[in-house]
Amino acid sequence: MTDNELYLKSIQYRIRLLKYIKMAGAGHTGGSLSCVDILNVFYNRILNVTPQTLNDPGRDRYIQSKGHSVEALYVVLADRGFFPEKELETLCGYGSDYTGHPTRKVKGIEHNTGGLGHGLAFSVGVALASKLDHIAYRVFTLLGDGELAEGSNWESLMAAAHYQLDNLCVIVDRNSLQITGKTEDVCGLEPLAQKLAAFGGEVRMVDGHNITALTEMLGTLPFAEGKPSVVIARTIKGKGISFMENNPKWHHGVPDEKQYEQAQQELEARLAEIKS
Amino acid sequence: MNFTPGAELGKANLEVFAETLLTLARRNKNVLAVTSDSRGSGKLTPYAAAVPEQLIEVGIAEQNLVGVAAGLASTGKIVYAVSPASFLTARALEQIKNDVCYSDHPVKLIGISAGVSYGALGSTHHAIHDIAVLRAINNITIIVPADNLETTEAIKAAAQMSHPVYVRFGKRPMPHLHPLDASFKVGKSLQIREGEDIAFIATGETVYPALKAAEEMEQSGYSCRLISMHTIKPLDIEAVIRAAEECRAIVTAEEHRTAGGLGEACAAVLIGAKKQVPFKIAGIPDEYTMTGSQLEIFEHYGLTGPGLARTAINLLESKKRIDEYE
Repeated sequence: MTDNELYLKSIQYRIRLLKYIKMAGAGHTGGSLSCVDILNVFYNRILNVTPQTLNDPGRDRYIQSKGHSVEALYVVLADRGFFPEKELETLCGYGSDYTGHPTRKVKGIEHNTGGLGHGLAFSVGVALASKLDHIAYRVFTLLGDGELAEGSNWESLMAAAHYQLDNLCVIVDRNSLQITGKTEDVCGLEPLAQKLAAFGGEVRMVDGHNITALTEMLGTLPFAEGKPSVVIARTIKGKGISFMENNPKWHHGVPDEKQYEQAQQELEARLAEIKS
Repeated sequence: MNFTPGAELGKANLEVFAETLLTLARRNKNVLAVTSDSRGSGKLTPYAAAVPEQLIEVGIAEQNLVGVAAGLASTGKIVYAVSPASFLTARALEQIKNDVCYSDHPVKLIGISAGVSYGALGSTHHAIHDIAVLRAINNITIIVPADNLETTEAIKAAAQMSHPVYVRFGKRPMPHLHPLDASFKVGKSLQIREGEDIAFIATGETVYPALKAAEEMEQSGYSCRLISMHTIKPLDIEAVIRAAEECRAIVTAEEHRTAGGLGEACAAVLIGAKKQVPFKIAGIPDEYTMTGSQLEIFEHYGLTGPGLARTAINLLESKKRIDEYE
């Protein structure tokens, strides 16, 4: 697939995730919009996993530690054929497998997440098993930036460095917002790159909405032999919808009828723009 | 061959655990111990020397310990996460709840130096909340072995289990309570003595004091049943109901707070089955725990032979009607 085709997909993913959030009347809109381009590149270009290889011990694993952005993951997995997209019409509904955070009931999801600061420890365990068994798969973990206030992440990063897990790639969705406001106002994270490096990660920065740049960077994994690779992906919370961008109100805001119309119009316009 | 329960002192359950794990690890290289600077307290130093590649150390980081264990287990490894019960089940409770139980990765959580094993080190090191919190979490088996046989069998059974399990025990040598050919089954209690006046339903390191209580009472003419309820979840409901039907009163005993543990689990069964029987939970009450060694704390709270006998006789001889609130 060309970059252009992936850019088109990114817009389609946004259209769909908003559709299902609107339908469910619930969802984590802002964070799904900030990480969906990363997931696009992961599942369409980087990860060696398909619905057919889900039980293959050598498959690449993706662990979404920022579980709340599950709507982005659902639409990407559906697009990749892990389950029929129609099932997302039950999102957050009574008896649905499609809960508001990832669970293994959904095909393609490796681990139940939602409580923050959990995904990295699990990923370290999975990556460690690959080293012990000499099976060369990779583990990709998406962390939120607000999530980094959870101390458990730092325990896990220390362990990843200690065990020289260069088959682990940690990517931080650095949208700089959390539910209360700016991460730097809530409990400052900066200098983040230095902190992650000090804990043993080989750190790179990238524009998390630039498909080409993400692809190029993730194509060079591992960044350093014997070290976990860490990507700080600079993103915009609410990316792609003018009135949602950089507004913490949209952390789990659900658009009303009018807002939904406007959002879809903006996305359709962008779609036409890319197509032309 | 005659076997007398309690007559012969065995090893610490902790030691037996470590030996059993080493045997399992030697047989299967997928067996792993994960420790949080706890290999020494887990008696795993010989294990570490014998199968170094099967020990994963994460440092003093229990949250990471449990998360890493879940990740390893998800790939098919047979993972024993070993840490003092107090830290394992409190510090890492959310990891147990989410990464192990909810996600259903079959980690074997091993709570060492459980209960008040650490005695005078104080409440930071006591695990007398663990059964209560884990009972409230879906998808985990809870085993509290009483003697060496129960410990060995529990550790072996855990290896075969495809869902999460928690096993907790102490570090003091324990008398043998069962003959070597006793059949241990997860979820099925072991009856040590038959009797029909009182039924002691005890777990872990309080089974031996309950045995002493039964022996003492027997001398005064009471007939005492003793059940080792090694599995607290799923509970052996049948044995609890049978005790209520066949005995005049029940005393439960546990090295745990009286809230939320074995006693309350039994009480719920009895009420649900409409079995009215004089009933008392022996354990550590809701108060600032007394300072002392494990045995001194047992003594203080009546978790000894004489203490449990006193509790049982008071219950049997009480003139109070069963529906009188104490």
